[in-house]
Amino acid sequence: MTQLIQLWNDVYAFLGHDVTAGLIGLLILLAFIPLHVVILVWLEMKVFAHITLRPAFMRVGPHGILQNLADGIKMIGKEIITPKPADKFLFFIAPIVIIVPAFIGYIIIPFSPVLQIKELNVGIMLIFAFSSLTVLSLLMAGWASNNKYSLISAVRSVAQNVAYEIPLLLSTMSIIIMTNSFRMNDIIAAQPPIGYILYQPIAFLIFFISTTAECNRAPFDLVEAESELVAGFHTEYTGMRFGLFFLAEYTNVVIAAAMATVLFLGGWRGPFLPGIVWFFLKVYFLIFVVYWIRWTFPRVRFDQLMNFAWKVLIPFALLNLIITAIVLKVV
Amino acid sequence: MLNKITIDDATLEQRVYQLNLGPQHPSTHGVMQFILTLDGELVVACEPNIGYSHRGHEKIAENRIYEQFLPYPPRMDYLSALIFNYGYCQAVERLCGIEVPRRAEYIRVITSELNRISSHFIGAFDLVMALGAFTPFMYCWDDREVLLDLLEGVAGSRLTYCYGRFGGVRNDIDKAFYDGTRRFIDRLRGRMKDYHDLVTGNIIFIKRAKDIGIITKETALEFGVTGPSLRGSGVKYDVRKQEPYSVYPEFKFEIPTREEGDCLARYQVRMAEIEQSMNIIEQALDHLPPGPIQAKVPRFISPPEGEGYFAFESARGAVGFYIVSDGSRVPYRIKVRSPSFSNLYVMTKICPGHFLADVIAIFGSIDVTVPEIDR
Repeated sequence: MTQLIQLWNDVYAFLGHDVTAGLIGLLILLAFIPLHVVILVWLEMKVFAHITLRPAFMRVGPHGILQNLADGIKMIGKEIITPKPADKFLFFIAPIVIIVPAFIGYIIIPFSPVLQIKELNVGIMLIFAFSSLTVLSLLMAGWASNNKYSLISAVRSVAQNVAYEIPLLLSTMSIIIMTNSFRMNDIIAAQPPIGYILYQPIAFLIFFISTTAECNRAPFDLVEAESELVAGFHTEYTGMRFGLFFLAEYTNVVIAAAMATVLFLGGWRGPFLPGIVWFFLKVYFLIFVVYWIRWTFPRVRFDQLMNFAWKVLIPFALLNLIITAIVLKVV
Repeated sequence: MLNKITIDDATLEQRVYQLNLGPQHPSTHGVMQFILTLDGELVVACEPNIGYSHRGHEKIAENRIYEQFLPYPPRMDYLSALIFNYGYCQAVERLCGIEVPRRAEYIRVITSELNRISSHFIGAFDLVMALGAFTPFMYCWDDREVLLDLLEGVAGSRLTYCYGRFGGVRNDIDKAFYDGTRRFIDRLRGRMKDYHDLVTGNIIFIKRAKDIGIITKETALEFGVTGPSLRGSGVKYDVRKQEPYSVYPEFKFEIPTREEGDCLARYQVRMAEIEQSMNIIEQALDHLPPGPIQAKVPRFISPPEGEGYFAFESARGAVGFYIVSDGSRVPYRIKVRSPSFSNLYVMTKICPGHFLADVIAIFGSIDVTVPEIDR
């Protein structure tokens, strides 16, 4: 035992505080994210089932809670197939490119006042910078599969993500100019108890819609529109490679909901309960809304999607930003 | 309406590519292939490729006695199976000159209208599912479950019924069916409001379905489109009214039509027809006559030499059974005129100029069953 402590002290002294904390944080993330996704998928299936008057799976574990874990294990055991006409290198690297930004996004999310792996001066910019890498991965996967459905999906994803990143950033900017900081905890501290949703309801709506589109969730799930494109960009993927796309999709939903919570709903702040409980309550509420929308509305068409971004969201986001700036200057 | 492609043909030839939509595809309703020529996502040409579920029903008929062929017509259109079953019975009855008791006719009308409702549920909400909304489809499945239970109670099976016999029906309806149908109609009247709230008023649904896949009146008549697709184009044609058969002239019902001819119009026509079917069922239950359910017919039917054509309205349009008899116990030839075939081919005309996503919507709104096309 003393030897272990000695070893720990040596490692700590060698790596320094920041690197050690980062490493431990990453290890926790590696364990936490897949398990969290398992719970989220279970939740989605349950929400979906109860919306459509069904109980969903009930056999594996109480209320089927172990079902998705079993599915995940099954997925790891599946054969990984690379189609003959595929571009081998891009096909291999695409799932890796999509999962890295999804993990990095977690680093700066403040789950509670202390539970944050690393506070950065450019925290929000970091998340946006890495999440825009997602589209590269989708393009690679769609192109490398050498499948027409995948290619159509990849083309759609590029156009969609580029279009929706603009209102996303614009609506975030209207928060940033109120706080003058990109640090997560500064933004949380600057908010009124209810959150910036009180001052910026339009920005919140735009942010929420844009993140839904960025995560390719319905009604903007044109990238994997199953009734049109079979499975979109991951049609040809099998086994855990498909699993990584799946993991990234749900992780991105969590990051989007966490960002909305930090920016608009006051982060971990809240009465009576500890910060982490409040944070997850807010995040899960937003995720529930995403599921709710998904299983209620039909999918929009591609031209309608683009029109909505360029003709509605961007002008409103710009207007909102200008009004915020003017009000801040005057007041 | 979308802009037509404005680039010249030489460039177009370089730009277009072909996409094989199906036969293994989530929204082609079984085994059905479309060979789409696409320019980006714009459809330049759409060619249905049929025959994947051809089972040779018409040829089988030439090797079976009339009674043995009874279970085959329901397999052609598995969604409005009872209507096909009765249609075949009525065609043979007309050929032989068999008089069907009134109670049997009423039971046939009640059950075939129930079948029409269950088929229209799928017809209307399959469009919604093709557009990406899953929930309304599951809701209709809930109602359809009650309906299938009712029909199972009298007909014995849940999908491919064989309830009709030459000269009547297999067995009489019981009190459970009578009361259950009444309860179902009451329940459905309440549920229709939910459907309209959830789907018909949904802005995304309207945006996706309005002005998409317009079948003009001329195109519809040119291609021989029948059923809700024709009535959605503003032609008031229903075999039940135009060439009345069975006891349909005794009931008051309307033929719902829409002028627009787009996907939304076809959806609305189906929803309106569900309500008309409920009216017919209620009237039939009110005036259900007593009496036998089966006419006196010989054990084996051998119609006199000659030929007969009988047209009836299935959930998808006008169906025709053309039977040639050489006086033996085996039909010489049976030819079926199926509505899905004509309705499907109108897609070659209306799809060009739309997006890939719209092709799925149009296919969903026309509502074909693949075995009925191929037979």
